[in-house]
Amino acid sequence: MTAAEVVPAPARRRVLQVMGTAVSLAIRGEHADGPLADEAWAGAVRVLEEADAVFSTYRLDSPVSRWRRGELALVDCPPEVAEVLDLAEQARIESHGAFDVEYGGEGALPDPAGVVKGWAVQRAADLLAELPGTDFCLSAGGDMVCRTAVPGAQPWRIGIEDPRNTKRLVATVPVWNGAVATSGTAQRGAHILDPRTGLPADRLLQVTVLAPDLVRADVDATAAFVLGDRAESWLAGRGRTAVVVPAVGEAVVVGGGESSVDR
Amino acid sequence: MRRIFLWFASTVSVVALLFGYHTSLGGASPVTAGGQTAISGSASGDHSRTTSGNGSGNGAGGSGAGGNNGNGGSSAASSSTVTGDVAQTQWGPVQVELTVASGSITDVSVVQYPSGNGTDEQINSYALPRLIQETLNAQSSSIDMVSGATVTSTGYLQSLQSAIDQAGL
Repeated sequence: MTAAEVVPAPARRRVLQVMGTAVSLAIRGEHADGPLADEAWAGAVRVLEEADAVFSTYRLDSPVSRWRRGELALVDCPPEVAEVLDLAEQARIESHGAFDVEYGGEGALPDPAGVVKGWAVQRAADLLAELPGTDFCLSAGGDMVCRTAVPGAQPWRIGIEDPRNTKRLVATVPVWNGAVATSGTAQRGAHILDPRTGLPADRLLQVTVLAPDLVRADVDATAAFVLGDRAESWLAGRGRTAVVVPAVGEAVVVGGGESSVDR
Repeated sequence: MRRIFLWFASTVSVVALLFGYHTSLGGASPVTAGGQTAISGSASGDHSRTTSGNGSGNGAGGSGAGGNNGNGGSSAASSSTVTGDVAQTQWGPVQVELTVASGSITDVSVVQYPSGNGTDEQINSYALPRLIQETLNAQSSSIDMVSGATVTSTGYLQSLQSAIDQAGL
């Protein structure tokens, strides 16, 4: 190994199981470890666990579960429930119904889960972003927030999974500041239903969206996936940078707006 | 500020999904309810349920999910095998094994990143994704995180990510 001085400093890693997935943190810079890092991580963990406790539909006693059963009024839920439902409603309108939190395919009980993860991880990331001089990438099950605070920092190098062969990547993208979210059917078959038709969305295999924050990236990835053939134009119209993998054909890069470095 | 990006070429090797390998580890928190785990470390950081590692070592703390079979793979010019934690999913446990050569994960990344323009990098948030045209016998560069279809491939990503984490890449 030569020229070790040009190798990026290895990031410290932390992993947590929460919200039914693995949350991974890569962190480097001034407070990659030490008391401040521990404190920020503890705060981030708390945010994720609290979101899980409030929003989990697998926990029968969570506020959202009770609200879905009609046992708890929205005004009596923790205020973040209304906040997340507002985000979901906004997403539904902007996607012309392609993203609809009230469509679950099973009894039409509202389940804000499609928004919660991105919202919670973004909140957790916001805590980590308070660490001065510290870069991090916080990922929950493949959706992530990247941040670089160190001047001249190298980007986080994000690999986008190939839905046809999850041992491989279909693309890579360097991210300094922003969020990356992917929706798709890898390994499980069609599972995202088009709320407008009730049928599985099957024109695309996967959509990855880059956006300034994870709520928008996550929602747009899901909505674009449902939009199918219209995903590319819809994403482009929103100024998003994205990778769309159709069911038939090659992956396509969408975007090239202000946020892009090269073409 | 001019910076040099030097990516280590790494050999393409094996990333193997090992389905059906079951371990009875409570810490892995099987997602029997369809995706929600019961694991929740305390706010102050429950070290038995979180791991942290660095570039030169494995996650010695362990996550209670299959042990830490991997060593760092940070030694120069050698390759090592890193085994990810067993990921419990509703479709069964998933585990990934990958080989790390010269500090890079192999088999998954084939393009060399452009060095970019230092000024632009600080203004912009992200570059255009670069599609990978070849998957074998190409130069590889390491990656920091994998973005994939959540829920569906959580098990795989979990496992792959854990291997990355243990490798300290």
